[in-house]
Amino acid sequence: MQIDLSEEQRLLRDTCREFADKELRPNAKKWDREHRFPAEAVKKLFELGLGGVAVPSEWGGAGMDNVSYALAIEEISRGCASTGVTLSVNNSLYCDPIAKYGTDGQKESFLTPYARGEKLGCFGLTEPQAGSDAAEQRTTAVRKGDSYLINGTKNWITNGPVADAIVLFTMTDLSKGTKGITCFVVETKTPGFVRQKADEKLGICASPSCTIFFENMEVPISQRLGQEGDGFKIAMSTLDGGRIGIGAQAIGIGRAAFEEARDYSKIRKTFDIPIFQHQAIQFMLADMATALDAARLLVLRAAWLKDQGKRHTRESSMAKLFASEAANRVADKAVQIHGGMGYSKELDVERHFRDARITEIYEGTSEIQRLVISNLLLK
Amino acid sequence: MDFSITEEQRQLVETARKFTRERIIPVAQKLDEHGTFPIDICKEGWELGLMNVEIPSEYGGLGLSCLDHVLMMEEINYGCAGIGTTLAGNNLACMPLLLGGSEEQKRHYLGMLTEAPIFAAYACSEPDAGSDVAGMRTTVRKVGDEYVMTGQKRWITNGGYASWYSVFGRIGDPKDRHKGVTCFVVPRDLAGVSVGKKEDKLGQRASNTTDVLFEEVKLTRKNLVGGEGEGFKIAMKTFDRSRPWIAAGATGIMRRALDESRRYALERKAFGQPIAQFQAIQFMLAEMAMKYEATRLLMLKAAWSIGEGRIDAIESSYAKAFGADSAMAVATDAVQIFGGYGYTKEYPVEKLMRDAKLLQIYEGTSQIQRMVIARNLLAQGA
Repeated sequence: MQIDLSEEQRLLRDTCREFADKELRPNAKKWDREHRFPAEAVKKLFELGLGGVAVPSEWGGAGMDNVSYALAIEEISRGCASTGVTLSVNNSLYCDPIAKYGTDGQKESFLTPYARGEKLGCFGLTEPQAGSDAAEQRTTAVRKGDSYLINGTKNWITNGPVADAIVLFTMTDLSKGTKGITCFVVETKTPGFVRQKADEKLGICASPSCTIFFENMEVPISQRLGQEGDGFKIAMSTLDGGRIGIGAQAIGIGRAAFEEARDYSKIRKTFDIPIFQHQAIQFMLADMATALDAARLLVLRAAWLKDQGKRHTRESSMAKLFASEAANRVADKAVQIHGGMGYSKELDVERHFRDARITEIYEGTSEIQRLVISNLLLK
Repeated sequence: MDFSITEEQRQLVETARKFTRERIIPVAQKLDEHGTFPIDICKEGWELGLMNVEIPSEYGGLGLSCLDHVLMMEEINYGCAGIGTTLAGNNLACMPLLLGGSEEQKRHYLGMLTEAPIFAAYACSEPDAGSDVAGMRTTVRKVGDEYVMTGQKRWITNGGYASWYSVFGRIGDPKDRHKGVTCFVVPRDLAGVSVGKKEDKLGQRASNTTDVLFEEVKLTRKNLVGGEGEGFKIAMKTFDRSRPWIAAGATGIMRRALDESRRYALERKAFGQPIAQFQAIQFMLAEMAMKYEATRLLMLKAAWSIGEGRIDAIESSYAKAFGADSAMAVATDAVQIFGGYGYTKEYPVEKLMRDAKLLQIYEGTSQIQRMVIARNLLAQGA
């Protein structure tokens, strides 16, 4: 057992922490309010090698491990949760399945530029009628000679409004359920790829998402990831990795909220003493810190298992579920410790409170995580 | 980063698991029912190397790490937390000596425990001083070069069976609070030492918990552990090192609760199907599993840090508070999954619930853990 970071991991974490303090924290409130995608900050992070942290260097990535990746996402998300998920989607949901299932040709065109951070990817699984129940896909891909004709709708596509390509899930055989799902990788400039206006959301307002229509979009067979019918397997194994990213994002949000509450409790006085001297406040802070520490261990263990090439479905679900619920509790208590100031847009805590909420919904709701965990337990 | 355990650790776990399955589980319920001290199990456990594990090899112990110890303890507590507490008691009694004792004290008193299957006990709490250690009233009078101890200790694990005690008493004025607290090692056979009433407890009933009385007990410098007035620090350092053990108790109880509940949920039918088919049950199981895993990781991290010599009170308290509160919640849910059967002595889950409750109380209540955590947190940041 060795619950310690390597020199390389520590360096990456510290670099990200410093970047978050300098470039993200001072601006995140503004980006949130203006619903502005922080393109410049994302570009700088990509220049630091955060486009494909765990992608092998031969395909343009940083060639590091998933533990490093999780540490980076936590630090970035502590500065700006929207920026955190932008990176998480490009790393986990876009690059990872191509690195794992793509041919060398596909990797050259669709992985290298994205892992290098020259381009940005997104992931299209969810549909208006198919969220938790991914088998209810209605986007179809019909084989026509050497290509497929794709029609349908995807929604809540994070990075959708700004992405250059999408890992897209379709039905090639509606009668086969999950076995009829087929995956493609498609550039967003392809004719028939029609973006709708960006979604208006409760939180992560600087992370643009949108609905996308596919209208007779023609995609060559060379852009099919894996075989027909492999899509569900690809989606599920991708989410095993994605959940590590969202778990790390949740911890970053929770930590930001916690640190602000801790520092505020030392300044703010009631009944003649700083509020941190009241046990009611101390105990809230103690529970917040305990939950975040446990969450981080769950996330790092899942990442470590992924690095060992071991199955980590259950551990990723536990990490994501625990971390997202912890982040929501922590952010809620951080608002409470701040009192009226916590409810005000003048400070950052209300944003953390809003941002935390999505982590219990996307990449599998808390309910889906519990299904995954209990199904594996009962096997 | 490496979350795997070594081959030696795997073998230790296997030994403890086999012992638990063959020797503890078959008798746990009966020992609990009658509040019987598990003397035979302790003797066998001593032979197998499941007691005194953290005593260094130069004093005849196994010299295992805190990490080895918690891995082993999880297995024992899977079978019975009362027996788990009993087997761990010697390690707790030894810790003040390991932290502050002289070479001669360590050779003599630790050696006693590794030479024969006997017991020692840690005696800190009093009828009116639990969480508030510095509020203790046991007094130590200095008479020339000697000390005379008078006081009453309560909730002493293995108190009735111990051959010696590590006892905390006060030299000087009670107003000086923690400053006068001093640790002594006191043989049971000294004049004036006696065992008081045995507690009749809600849970962990196989564990022996008694009062220990000290009436004008004459001690010398040979009994003094560390310096005069160093006792409070020794007591706190002991807790930093013992709290991961309580988290190990929690992981054992939770894993048992989960295993029992899963098995029952797959068999028991309601509304025409096994209750495992209902999401309400599935989600309780998922919650239990998650709490077990999170506790285990906090425990491993705290124990690993201790082994690395990077001991951090906050990590031990994280593991202890989170583990104890989780074990209570998980055991309560296990009873819920079993329904009426869970409330009866026919199944093991009601015992898990009773046993778990103590984890939130001893070795520092859940509230004390939060005080430790908060104090450390507030020393950080802006």
